[in-house]
Amino acid sequence: MRVGSATVESGRPAAPWLSILVLLSGTALVAAQPDGSDRPASGAVDFEKHVRPLLAARCHSCHGPDRQLQGLRLDRAADALRGGYSGPVILPGDAAGSKLLQMVSGMPDGRIMPPAGPALETGEISLLRTWIDQGAPWPSSSQATRGGAGERTEPSHWAFQPVRRPEPPRVSDAARLGNEIDRFVLARLEREGLEPSVEAPPATLVRRLSLDLTGLPPTPREVAAFVADAGSDRYERLIDRLLDSPHYAEKWARFWLDLARYADSDGFRGDNFRPHAWRYRHWVIEAFQRDLPFDRFTLEQIAGDLLPGRTTDQHVATGFHRNTPTNTEGGSDPEEWRFEQVVNRTNTVGTVWLGLTVGCAQCHDHKYDPLTQREYYQLFAFFNPLEEVDIDAPLPGERGPRLAALPDYQRRRARLLEEHGVFRLKPEWERRVLQAAARPGESAEYDSTFDELRTRVNLGERILRTPPLRRTPRHEKALTDFFVSDYQRVLSKPEYEALGYERLSEELRDLDRSLPPYGEAQAVRVEDAPRDSYVYLGGSYKVPGVPVEPGWPAWLLPTAPAGRSLTRMDLAAWLVAPDNPLTARVIANRVWQELFGRGLVVTSENFGSQGDLPTHPQLLDWLASEFVRGGWSWKRLIRTIVTSAAYRQSSGRRADLEAADPGNKLLARQARVRLPAELIRDSALAVSGLLDTRVGGRSVRPPQPQGARRLGSSGDGGWKVSEGPDRYRRGMYIQYQRMSPYPLLSAFDMPDTYEAACRRGRTNTPLQALNLLNDPVFLEAAQALAVRLLEEFPGGMTERLQGLFRLCLARDPDPSELEALHEAWHAQREILARSPGSAEALFAISLPGGSPLDGAAWTALGSSLMNTDEFLTRE
Amino acid sequence: MNWTIDDGALLRRRFFASSAGGLGAAALAHLLAGEGRLGASASAGPMAVRAPHFAPKAKRAILLYQSGGPSQLDLFDPKPELAARAGQALPESLARGLKLAFIKPNAKIMPSARAFRRHGASGIEFSDWLPNLGACADDLCLIRTMRTEAFNHDPGALLLTTGVTQFGRPSVGSWVAYGLGSESRDLPGFVVLGSGKGPNAGSNIWSNGFLPAAYQGTRFRSVGDPILYVSNAGGITRPLQRARLDLIRDLNRRRHERTGDAEIAARTASYELAFRMQSSVPGLLDFGGEPRRVLEEYGIGVEPTHAYGTNCLLARRMVERGVRFVMLTHGDWDDHKELDKGHARNCAIVDRPTAALVRDLKRRGLLESTLLIWASEFGRTPMAQADRPDEAPGRDHHPDCFSMWLAGGGVAGGRVVGRTDEIGLQPVEDSVHVHDLQATVLHCLGFDHERLTYRHQGREFRLTDVGGRVVDKLLA
Repeated sequence: MRVGSATVESGRPAAPWLSILVLLSGTALVAAQPDGSDRPASGAVDFEKHVRPLLAARCHSCHGPDRQLQGLRLDRAADALRGGYSGPVILPGDAAGSKLLQMVSGMPDGRIMPPAGPALETGEISLLRTWIDQGAPWPSSSQATRGGAGERTEPSHWAFQPVRRPEPPRVSDAARLGNEIDRFVLARLEREGLEPSVEAPPATLVRRLSLDLTGLPPTPREVAAFVADAGSDRYERLIDRLLDSPHYAEKWARFWLDLARYADSDGFRGDNFRPHAWRYRHWVIEAFQRDLPFDRFTLEQIAGDLLPGRTTDQHVATGFHRNTPTNTEGGSDPEEWRFEQVVNRTNTVGTVWLGLTVGCAQCHDHKYDPLTQREYYQLFAFFNPLEEVDIDAPLPGERGPRLAALPDYQRRRARLLEEHGVFRLKPEWERRVLQAAARPGESAEYDSTFDELRTRVNLGERILRTPPLRRTPRHEKALTDFFVSDYQRVLSKPEYEALGYERLSEELRDLDRSLPPYGEAQAVRVEDAPRDSYVYLGGSYKVPGVPVEPGWPAWLLPTAPAGRSLTRMDLAAWLVAPDNPLTARVIANRVWQELFGRGLVVTSENFGSQGDLPTHPQLLDWLASEFVRGGWSWKRLIRTIVTSAAYRQSSGRRADLEAADPGNKLLARQARVRLPAELIRDSALAVSGLLDTRVGGRSVRPPQPQGARRLGSSGDGGWKVSEGPDRYRRGMYIQYQRMSPYPLLSAFDMPDTYEAACRRGRTNTPLQALNLLNDPVFLEAAQALAVRLLEEFPGGMTERLQGLFRLCLARDPDPSELEALHEAWHAQREILARSPGSAEALFAISLPGGSPLDGAAWTALGSSLMNTDEFLTRE
Repeated sequence: MNWTIDDGALLRRRFFASSAGGLGAAALAHLLAGEGRLGASASAGPMAVRAPHFAPKAKRAILLYQSGGPSQLDLFDPKPELAARAGQALPESLARGLKLAFIKPNAKIMPSARAFRRHGASGIEFSDWLPNLGACADDLCLIRTMRTEAFNHDPGALLLTTGVTQFGRPSVGSWVAYGLGSESRDLPGFVVLGSGKGPNAGSNIWSNGFLPAAYQGTRFRSVGDPILYVSNAGGITRPLQRARLDLIRDLNRRRHERTGDAEIAARTASYELAFRMQSSVPGLLDFGGEPRRVLEEYGIGVEPTHAYGTNCLLARRMVERGVRFVMLTHGDWDDHKELDKGHARNCAIVDRPTAALVRDLKRRGLLESTLLIWASEFGRTPMAQADRPDEAPGRDHHPDCFSMWLAGGGVAGGRVVGRTDEIGLQPVEDSVHVHDLQATVLHCLGFDHERLTYRHQGREFRLTDVGGRVVDKLLA
């Protein structure tokens, strides 16, 4: 037997003399079968006697009833003959061509099955060979070892069980109840012998609710009005007012944009600016504004392009799928990056709606959750035939002027092209590019033209291959513009210069710019030609295995067969089916996370077996069922949560809880939560009165420090700083360049937007301190705040200090704080006075009756307040 | 050590674990008083010094990232056979299966115009573009058989620095800072310096990915403030800054007393560290104490070496001050055309300062505890890229076989690892994958690369993804 093993290990064909030994030893093995039987003279192998025991002993632990690695199951005839993800492994009658035999003999690259334990003995291999060559007979009476008829056992993990609306438990102290949420929270606290915290002071509540619902701090007047309000429903009225605010839509749109991995640029080397990306963001804001129910919200983003009679708006919603990073680097393989984008889309939907790390199954069956690699590519197959398309999406008022200008534009464009011989030269150029595509290597110039076309022009290759008369006008224009700008590649310099295409390119651009603006948006559609999907072995786009149809993991929620190929519409409906066990739980948990700083399931991105267990499983199910029952209304769910007494608790630490529940899992208090990046900026601009409160619209470019945007090689269009009030718009509108994000955003944990981000980090670094202390935006805010104090509070020192505190922290200072501020103001003023010129440098505004020194002192003091932990924290 | 810290919360809990009564007072006092460097006794904090898995040879590292793909055939791997086959296409057997970015498999072989010479006792060959580096030959360990999986820049740069070709993973510098903490009490633990064109994959190559943001590389800028916002704004003098911080600290303390939230103390500590950085950075940048001879050696004050030389000297001054990982980027080497011109320019920039850094570290006894890595995302093809007849040719991207070198802590000086075929297209012996390089770098720093992990989205992640083995031949 040693000889046989050596052959296997070397992985090379055996030398002739070895083969003889192999045959001999194989015979010897069979002769020595323990049951004393022998094979007939013909060499026929008995499946039950010879093959099944071998498969059971050496293969079934990985390819049997419990596990089917690589999709292969070898204990049942139908499964075994169907094979695994790479296709059939047993070809009846053809042992040499059967992968099973190749794998047990050892592949040339060193792989061998089984991977653990000794290799199969030569006799065992020849048994398999003979059996396959004899047609791999598998007696129909033969039963699988167990689980004969059924599929895998039902997954028992909590999150995969149906949501059952629990009865809120009884609690002894009904006085503490805000609503039903509190029954769950209090029942648990009672069990642990803990008391909930008292309600937060009214001023804290207003600030908390304002920041949580709108992302903006309350004005002193709003705080005062709430505190003075004697009505028993003042809190509910406050909620109503905030939910009706247009800023509610901004705050919660930003929450969704993290999940949607929204950015304003491609990422990668070019990092090209996406001028129309904002239309998707705008759609999200409007969706929250009108409280678009989550099931519709889902349908329009996942499959808006497929809706019968869809509106432009619904098509814009599919911009969700366009937020994937895009690599347009020359020379990249377009198929590789198309594949990566499909993977990104699949993983995003898995994370956002299902809370599952489906991406783990791209290369192999999920290690911890029941998701197989086949199921992964069934999900993938929904997005595989999807094609990127930029659509006309005119904004109100744009259509008329555009149509009026179009005839003249078209005439002038045609004349320019005619004068420069474009209509004459382009057909021949197209022919040569097509030729290079068919036979690369003949002309370096046309080869690189073709490469450039594929990477620079959206759908470039498809446009080229479409006969000119069947191209859309938009496509023909894109190809023509590319021709004019790239034709130089195939000409000598003098030829090109004589043609004057450089100038023509500019003239065409100028002409385009002369057209009245006409909104566009990034969307998707289904490709014309059908595209098959496969299980891609090892997750590589180059190695397709067995074909798959679009589908979803039936173990999660089976649905009746449709009798047709499933589409993204079906997927969207399945995601928000009332009995889908994951979606409602996952979304309700994220809303909870947004309002408590932490989810009931802390790992809000992972509800699988490796995620955390819910701290309050019944409460989570109750919220999920409330969400569905309430018609999937975001506002209703949010209102329910913030009405609870649990939400209204004080966030102060308590000595008894530090020992009993240091992580605050039991919710005996609220949480202090550092504000996210954008909200820190918004707060500073809001309290200083600088904030431009317009809602929606294009991205803005506030000034950046010198050199900041050169960090990456970025195509951000030169970061032309926004003029006028645009500089003071909310942080969520700052143009997000993936390769060189605006510094404040990355310093304060803005996610990198390459994949869905389910919860933001809340780190604390010295670079954040430097940013808030010295960034001109924050000093500008401090100056404006100083002006405000000097102008709006003429009463004197104490009134101003109180005003400062109320503006920044939404509360009154206590006497000792007031004293500390007083002293600090004098101390800082003294320092400024000692250093000539510094007051003027800090506060260059001259106010009637005010001195620069006073202005500078108030600026310094205001900036100190805006750097306190309390300012940066929602309490 | 198996760091399984999720989202930094545990780190912070540890930070204050020792001070349940005074809630962070001890940690805060330590940070504020800052007696000497953070020693092993430091209660914790994300940058507290931590011991690796085993006794390391190198305590810190400097990565000299050469963005864009320098041509190994014109710098490190002499191939006379290229001249013999100049103008010929590759034989079919070699061309099959090649991953090429721009050129086609039938592109013509191009000889190198460089003369190569042996240097030092080890006799390692360097081209005449690198005379100064050649003089350091006996301290360098040259790998001629690097291979990577990406043939585009961004994915290649990401694989080299983060272990995967996609965005979103932590940088090698972040992993090292996460594993070892930092010995500096007033500078960041992971610092990035750049010259020339911005590096490929941009700031993603020093991103902390899913590690806590404390491990993000801090970019020292060559324009404006060296660290963003490290200078006070106009009118804010240092006493005024101190006064601002005093008030912030005072108000924070009051809030801490009222709410009991230890995060407040941590924030105050960050502000104080920021304040110390404001005073230490100017000292770091002040080369006044450096002998003129040293400045000349680095090529500071003269072109074309000034910017790169300044960064090399800064790198030395930083590791001296306890910075754990310096990433120095330079680009762009991506010469698809006019390679002779472009490479000559880049070599003139990097040769002298790089050699000065090796020698200077050695003189100061720092080389044996500092790991130097000179690397790029890939190399260049033996075949020419000649898109236009009126332009001088260049070479295309080549991921299968390229050169890089290591020096210092734990690696063998004066050694060449790997043998390539006669035209430098494929490895013949000792192919070294980028993951192998990363495993070896972590090994030199005292880590088993399979055990330096972080739990994220339900699984343990590591720098080497699912591959990597330590290359013993590289080790001293």
